[in-house]
Amino acid sequence: MEELANLFHGFAVALQPFNIMVMLLGIVLGVIIGVLPGLGGANGVAILLPLTFSMPPTSAIIMLSCIYWGALFGGAITSILFNIPGEPWSVATTFDGYPMAQQGKAGEALTAAFTSSFVGALFAVMMITVVAPLVASFALQFGPAEKFAVYFLAFCSFVGLSKEPPFKTVAAMMIGFALAAVGLDSITGQLRLTFGITELLNGFDFLIAVIGLFGIGEILLTMEEGLSFRGGNAKINLRVVLHTWKEMPAYWLTSLRSCLIGCWMGITPAGATPASFMSYGIAKRLSRRGKNFGHGEIEGVVAPETAAHAAGTAALLPMLSLGVPGSPTAAVLLGGLLIWGLQPGPMLFVEQKEFVWGLIASMYLGNLAGLLVVLTCVPIFAAILRVPFSIIAPLILVLCAIGAYSVHSSTFDVVMMLVFGVLGYLFKKCGYPLAPLVLAIVLGDKAEEAFRQSLLGSQGSLAVFFANGLVGTIMVLGLVALFWSAINQGWSRLRGAAA
Amino acid sequence: MSSQGRSAGPSHRAVELGVTLAIALFGIIVIVGSVKAGINWGAEGPRAGFFPFYVGLFIVASSAMNFRNTLREDDGGLFAEWTQLRQVMSVVVPTAIYVGALPFTGLYLASMIFIAWFMRWLGKYGWLTVAVVAIGMPVVTYLIFERWFMVPLPKGPVEEWLGL
Repeated sequence: MEELANLFHGFAVALQPFNIMVMLLGIVLGVIIGVLPGLGGANGVAILLPLTFSMPPTSAIIMLSCIYWGALFGGAITSILFNIPGEPWSVATTFDGYPMAQQGKAGEALTAAFTSSFVGALFAVMMITVVAPLVASFALQFGPAEKFAVYFLAFCSFVGLSKEPPFKTVAAMMIGFALAAVGLDSITGQLRLTFGITELLNGFDFLIAVIGLFGIGEILLTMEEGLSFRGGNAKINLRVVLHTWKEMPAYWLTSLRSCLIGCWMGITPAGATPASFMSYGIAKRLSRRGKNFGHGEIEGVVAPETAAHAAGTAALLPMLSLGVPGSPTAAVLLGGLLIWGLQPGPMLFVEQKEFVWGLIASMYLGNLAGLLVVLTCVPIFAAILRVPFSIIAPLILVLCAIGAYSVHSSTFDVVMMLVFGVLGYLFKKCGYPLAPLVLAIVLGDKAEEAFRQSLLGSQGSLAVFFANGLVGTIMVLGLVALFWSAINQGWSRLRGAAA
Repeated sequence: MSSQGRSAGPSHRAVELGVTLAIALFGIIVIVGSVKAGINWGAEGPRAGFFPFYVGLFIVASSAMNFRNTLREDDGGLFAEWTQLRQVMSVVVPTAIYVGALPFTGLYLASMIFIAWFMRWLGKYGWLTVAVVAIGMPVVTYLIFERWFMVPLPKGPVEEWLGL
């Protein structure tokens, strides 16, 4: 019951007038970020991170997490109205959302999408409320070997579960680790991999990488496609909303299934995008109206939106309780914690109760506020998309430059941002995943530290990672995740041979 | 998309092989740097180059696999058409100039010129629209970042002259 008291205390924190203000500001900025091409959740949060340097940490994380919720909501608007997914996780929403809009049912589709998003997020937040303190108190007993095992598991899941070729995922991830290693070695205090270049003394900041890879890279991709927006008008009135809400309980099973898929995919670092596709695919196979999917079926909007939002929210669970972010955006939030002087990981739940529970409470309130904002303001946000790209693009580029500069007040970082931008464009075109690269830059130092400390304790023997049941289990889980696709193939071949 | 026949451009395979080679080269640089920092055990345990050395090995090894896979799977597709790449370069080149000019001109002046150029050249807008956006955006930025959130941004001679 202590958690309940903590949660109520958290609500008291989140309901302070200043925090409500930054919450609403965050939601509105987030929706705009979600609507605009080239400004995604991760780099949107990264660009706006410097704005929070002077705020108290709790208000700062409330604002940044609300930007994230807003971006999750915003992605659905462009998918349904313009058939342009503002975010990768809303691609699956276009399959049925856009046909609905073409049939004049844009209002229904939008209401269904927003409501499902809200349901998915609510489910995930409740799960976080219950599970996160347990995981954190469990993780308090972790030594360096267990810590490394958790990182190992997280990165192996990337290789095994992502749809990109495994060796490309490994390459991208290892590039991230190498970039993280540049500069001062935190254990020996020695310089490494700087090759005498003074600008590299402080290493690569992952925020610069995020802004370049996701922000600039995305703009370059959009330029290549020569984007032009065409789309219908968005009209939502109370009658449509109520009418849609009356229909939605019929899809409770789809909704629940999507919530579970989303939570699972969010905790393991697979993320919101595969969650939305998987949920859509399963709903299509299991639904009685599965044949209609793709022609404007409301269930085809409910399934991916619920899962994407649940996954996006659930990604914060490992970030809060273990210090291992489940998505690039969660990684940026984790970077924020470090900047505000907080040490992410299980100790947060002990030392920073007000921060943690204020954040969790703000997730409930922020998503509710988000639902109200998007339902009432859709036409305004849709109008933003009619601003031509040749105006939006330079503004976003300037914003990215400002964001990159203000992290360390360094113009060299702005140059690096552009380099990462071109890299992001090339990587994306060649099928290298960007998320593991970013996560490796964030976690590289910590993973290395845990690894070296474990080895130090065992005099260099790798057996330390299988020394007890706990660490051994996590490592084996990691190996299973790593070879998941191979195991899967072998299994189906065995079954094929038996049949 | 590019089935019209008139499309020309670098093949996807060539670009991907190039990217893979660049990554492998990066891996070799990491290995060399790690060896310089020391990859064996010192008095305080594994030395600074220990971890990145294996990271570098992984980069080279996985690049070798990627190289092999790319060689095998050639669908003959294009990376992008030349016209598309020209579009991309029309953003990269001015952005590079903008980024290079930042330390000397300050953020505001460079941003105004950059936005104006972009809108006028690629968007073909009238001068009035161009002026409103190109001047308005830096002013709003100044108010939000420097005044309200107190985040200092790079300034050049013009700002100094104005006394901001």
